[in-house]
Amino acid sequence: MTNQDTWPELPGYTDDILNEVFSHFQQRLNADLEGVETEDGREHLRIKWLGRKSGLLKQINDTYVQKTPPEFKKNVGHRFNAFRQSVEFELDPRKISKRTGIAVETLEQLGGGQSKKVVEKSVIDITLPGIRPTLGMEHPLIRTMQEIVRVFEHMGYSVGVGPEVETDYYNFEALNFPPDHPARDTQDTLVVARQEHKPLRDRLLLRTHTSPVQIRTMERQPPPVRIVIPGKVHRNDAADATHSPIFHQVEGLCVDENITFSDLKGTLDHAMKELFGSSVRTRFFPSFFPFTEPSADVQISCIFCGGKGCRKCKHSGWIELLGCGMVNPAVFEFVRGKQPAYDPKKISGFAFGMGVDRIAMMKYGISDIGLLYSGDMRFLEQFA
Amino acid sequence: MKILSAWLRSYLPALEVSDRQLADDLTLRGIAVEGVFDLGPGNGSLFEMDITTNRVDAMNHYGIAREVAAIYDIPLAPLDASLPAAKPAKLPFPVRIEANDLCGRFTARVLRDVNIAPSSGDVTQRFALLEQKLIGNAVDATNFVTMAMGHPTHAFDLDKVEGGIVVRRAQAGERLRLLDGTERALAAEDLVVADEKRALALAGVMGGWDTMITPETKNILVEAAWFDPGAVRRSSRRHGLHTDASHRFERGADFAAAPIASALVSRLILAAGGHMEGELIDVVVPEIAARTIERPAISLHLREVARILGKTANGRPIDASTVERYLTGLGVGMQKAAAEMYVAALPSWRLDLEHEIDLIEEIARLHGYNRFANTLPPFAGSVTELPWAAKETALRRALRAAGYTEAIGSTFCSAIDAATFAQQPNSWVPLGNPLSEEVGCLRPSLVPGMLSMLAHNLNREVDDLRLFEMGAIFSGGTERVHEKPSLVLGATGTAIAPHPLAGMRDYSFYDLKGIAEELLARFVTKSIYFDTFPASTGLMPSWLHPARAARVVVDGETIGFFGELAAPEAQSRKLRQTVFVGEFDLERLFHRALRAPAVRDLSCFPAVVRDFSFTFPDAVHWRQIADALLSLAIQEMRSIEPREIFRDKKEASGQYALLLRAVFQAQDRTLRLEELHDWARRIFAALMELGGQPRFPLELL
Ligand SMILES: [Zn+2]
Repeated sequence: MTNQDTWPELPGYTDDILNEVFSHFQQRLNADLEGVETEDGREHLRIKWLGRKSGLLKQINDTYVQKTPPEFKKNVGHRFNAFRQSVEFELDPRKISKRTGIAVETLEQLGGGQSKKVVEKSVIDITLPGIRPTLGMEHPLIRTMQEIVRVFEHMGYSVGVGPEVETDYYNFEALNFPPDHPARDTQDTLVVARQEHKPLRDRLLLRTHTSPVQIRTMERQPPPVRIVIPGKVHRNDAADATHSPIFHQVEGLCVDENITFSDLKGTLDHAMKELFGSSVRTRFFPSFFPFTEPSADVQISCIFCGGKGCRKCKHSGWIELLGCGMVNPAVFEFVRGKQPAYDPKKISGFAFGMGVDRIAMMKYGISDIGLLYSGDMRFLEQFA
Repeated sequence: MKILSAWLRSYLPALEVSDRQLADDLTLRGIAVEGVFDLGPGNGSLFEMDITTNRVDAMNHYGIAREVAAIYDIPLAPLDASLPAAKPAKLPFPVRIEANDLCGRFTARVLRDVNIAPSSGDVTQRFALLEQKLIGNAVDATNFVTMAMGHPTHAFDLDKVEGGIVVRRAQAGERLRLLDGTERALAAEDLVVADEKRALALAGVMGGWDTMITPETKNILVEAAWFDPGAVRRSSRRHGLHTDASHRFERGADFAAAPIASALVSRLILAAGGHMEGELIDVVVPEIAARTIERPAISLHLREVARILGKTANGRPIDASTVERYLTGLGVGMQKAAAEMYVAALPSWRLDLEHEIDLIEEIARLHGYNRFANTLPPFAGSVTELPWAAKETALRRALRAAGYTEAIGSTFCSAIDAATFAQQPNSWVPLGNPLSEEVGCLRPSLVPGMLSMLAHNLNREVDDLRLFEMGAIFSGGTERVHEKPSLVLGATGTAIAPHPLAGMRDYSFYDLKGIAEELLARFVTKSIYFDTFPASTGLMPSWLHPARAARVVVDGETIGFFGELAAPEAQSRKLRQTVFVGEFDLERLFHRALRAPAVRDLSCFPAVVRDFSFTFPDAVHWRQIADALLSLAIQEMRSIEPREIFRDKKEASGQYALLLRAVFQAQDRTLRLEELHDWARRIFAALMELGGQPRFPLELL
C-alpha cells in the first residue's frame, strides 16, 4: 500500500456501503499493525496514517468526508471519527490522552479491542461454565397438589385442611365404616399407642385418608359446601417402589340441594380436562366405598398416548386416577346431630379423592415412590 | 378370582355376545374383569376378576351369570338341586345350635356307603381349565359348589363324629387340629362346629383334621350353614387363616342357599355311589332369619332416583319400566305401591342392599355410569383460601430464591430421637403398631428427619446441600396429641456454588441467620432479636452446638432455634462435615400478618459514607455497638453496618478490629460538613464508652 493510492468513488451512501468501506480501512490498518515490530516501524506507520499533510487519514477525510453531500455527512462523519480514534488509539494514544485527560495506561486497559497487547492480556475462557446462582426447587408433590387445588378453586371450591392424627370416629365411624371393617384393622391403619382403654370412637390413629375433613367441614358449616382438601395421610404399608407409609391425597366435597351423579361426572370430567388438557376423556366404573353411594372409579384417557395404548397405560389406553361417589345418606345422618340442615331427603352431594403421589409419579415418570420422601438432591434438583 | 366363560354360559342359554364383549359389559357394571385369557377351541375364556368386597354374591359363577342375565335381560337357568330319594333314617341326625347369635342356620345331610374316588365330568374338566388341584370327589364337590354358586360347605367323615352336631362357642384354650395340620388353641369367642365330645371344625373358616375325608371314608355328613360375618372375620383374623369359606362368610352369605348347596354337593358325591339317609336336617334361628332372608321390603321412589342420579346422556330420565326391569333382573321383588313408588323385596343373596340408596346405585350401575350426562352444578358462593396459604407461599418463595429445595421427610422417628428432639420434655407420641422401632414415634420435631435427609445425600457424595421442610410436628402423649406446623432448614457444604475462578466459602452460622432474618422480614413484627444461653441452663436444644447456636425471639415469643449441629449428634449420625440446622414454629409465626410493601420517598440529596475503624475487646458484641449507635438517635443516619472484622489468629489478644460503616442522608438538604463532623464525634464517644479504641484519629475522617 502506498500513499499514492487511488481512492475509488463511493457508489452511494447507504449503511451497507459505508460499513464495507470503513471495514476495508480498518483491515488495512490491522494489516499494517500486524507487520510492525519495532518502535521505528511504528513511528513510520504513525506518519503514514496520521501525517498532517498526506497521511492516509487526511486523504480519507479529503476524498470522502469533505465531498459527502450534506444529507449524508452525519452518517459518514461518525464512522470517520470512530475510525480516526481507532488509528490514534493504536498509533498515538498520547493524542487521545491529551484530548480527554485520561491517562495513557488507562486507555490501554480500556482497550477498544484493537490493541493486540491489550486483547491478549484480557483473554478469558468463555467456554468455562458460568457461575450459576443456586435456586431451590419446588417439591413435585407440593407442585402437583397445588395444581390440583387450583383447578378446583377455579370451580368454586374453598380449601380445607384437618389434623393428621384423627379419632376413629372421624376417620371411620362417621364415614360409615362398620365397626369390624377390614380398613380399621391395625394391619392397615397406624394407631397411636395405648388407646385400648378408650371407647372405639375416641381412639387416636393416623388418618388413612383426607375424608375426615369432609365430616369436620360439614359439622362446622351448613350446606352449601364446596371444599377441596389437600393433605398428608398414612397407612401401615411397608415401603416398596409403589407403596409408602406416607402419601398425599386431594379430596373434594360438594353438597347442596339437587347435586346429582351427573354433576359429579361433569365436575370431574371438567377438572381432568383442566388438569391434563382438553383432549382428555373420562370414564366411570362402579366401585365401592362405605361413605359414597353410588361409588365410582374414574379413569382418564392415557395422557401419554391419547388412548391408543402404550407402556404407561399398560396398553389399555386408560389410566385409573380417582375414586368418587354420591355422599352416602348414612354420612349425612352422622353429621345431622351437629348440623340439622344435612337432611339426606333435602340435600345431596358428591365426594371425590385422588392420590397425589400417583399423579406426580405418572406426570414426571417417577418409578419409585420412596424418592418423593428421601430428600435426595439428585432427584429433587430435576424439578427446576 | 377366576371365572370360566363356558361355565357362565351353561347358566345362560340365550347369551349371544362374545366373551370380550361380555367382559367389557361386566366391567362397566362394576363386575370388573381385569383380564381375558383364551383357553382354546371349545373351552371359552378365563376371566380374571376383581370383585369389590361388598359383592360377595358375585364371587362365583352363578352370581355373575345373574348379573349377565340382568344386563342383557335374558333368562337365567335355575340350579338343578334335585336328588334321588333318601332311605329312611331310624332317627333324624341330631343338630343343635347353642351359639344362636352367631350361627343362623345349620343343615346336615347324611350320605351312606359313598365311594371316595377321583372326580369326573364337569368337575375334572373345569378344574383343569382353572388349574385347580383335584383331591377326591367329596372335597372337590364342596370346592366345585363354592365356585359354582358361592356357598361354602363342608364334608365330615361321619364315622369320626361322636353323637350329633353342636354349634357352639369354643372353650378358652380348647385345642383343635385343622385341615392344614396346624393345632390351634381356641379362644372363647371362636365359633366351632363340634360333636358331643370335642370341636370338629372352626366354623366358616376351616374343617378339622380328625374328621376329614380320607380314601377310607364310607359315610359323610354334609354341612351347609350360615355363620355370622363378624364371628367368622374375628376367628379368621385371630388365627391368621384366610380361606375361600371365610372370605365369603365374613362378607355375608346367602341365608337361603344352604339347602341348595347341600343338595349340589350331595349330588356330586353320590354320582360315584352311595345313598342319602333321612331328609335334610335344617335348623334355623328365627331371629337371624328375620334379619336376613326375611328382612322387610323397602320403598323406592322414582323421584329419588332422579334427584340423586340426574340426567342421562340422551336427556331422558330413567323411566319406571327401566327401573323395574333392572331391579327385577337382580332378583328384587318389585311391587308398584303408588304412581311413582315401589315396594322392593330384597333378595336373600344381597345383604348389601338395605336402603333406598342401595337400589338407586343398582339402577345407575346396570344402566352404565357412562350413559349419564356430564353436567356442572350451578355455583353462587365465594372461594376462601386457607388463612395461612399466602404465608406458606411467601416462605416457600423466599426459601427457593435463597437456594433452599423443598423436601418431605418421614413423619416418624425413633424413641431416642423423639426424646432428643421433643420441644418439651417427654412430650411425644408413640405408635401402637409401628412398621419398625426406627419409626416408632410421631416426629416431635422436623430436625431428625432433616438430619436423615442430609445424611442420605452426604452418603451419596452430594456435599453442598440446602433443604427445607414444612410439615406437622406432634407433641403431647397418647391421651392428647397436639399438632402444629413447623419449618426446618438444613444446610451444609459451600455457601456459593463452587467455580474454578471464584472464591469458595463454606456455609456458616451467618448464612443460616441471614435466612432466618429474611424469612421473618416477610411478617409484621415489632421486635426481633437473637440470643443464646449457656448449655448449663438447659434453655438451648441439646442438639445444637453450645457456642454456635441462637434462639430467635419475635415480639417476646420464641419462634425458633438454629445453628451448628452439636458434635455428638453429628457423630452419632456419621455426618462427616459441619451441618447447620434450624427449626421455626410456624403456628406462632403465622399469627402474624404478612408485611405489605410500604415505600418511603427517595432522597434527592447525596448520601455520605463514613467509615470508623476501632479495636474492641472480644466481650463487646455487635449488638451492643449497634444499640449504642442507634440510641444516639441521629435521624440522618440511614444505616450502620460492620464492614470488616479482623482478629489476629496467632495472638489471642482478646481483642478484635472492626471497620464500621455509617451512611448519612437527609430528605430535605445536602448534609453540611459541620453536621457530619458532629455526628462522627458522637459516634466516636459512644464507641469509646463501650471500650473501643480508635485505630485512626477522628481528624482523618
Ligand atoms: Zn398410554
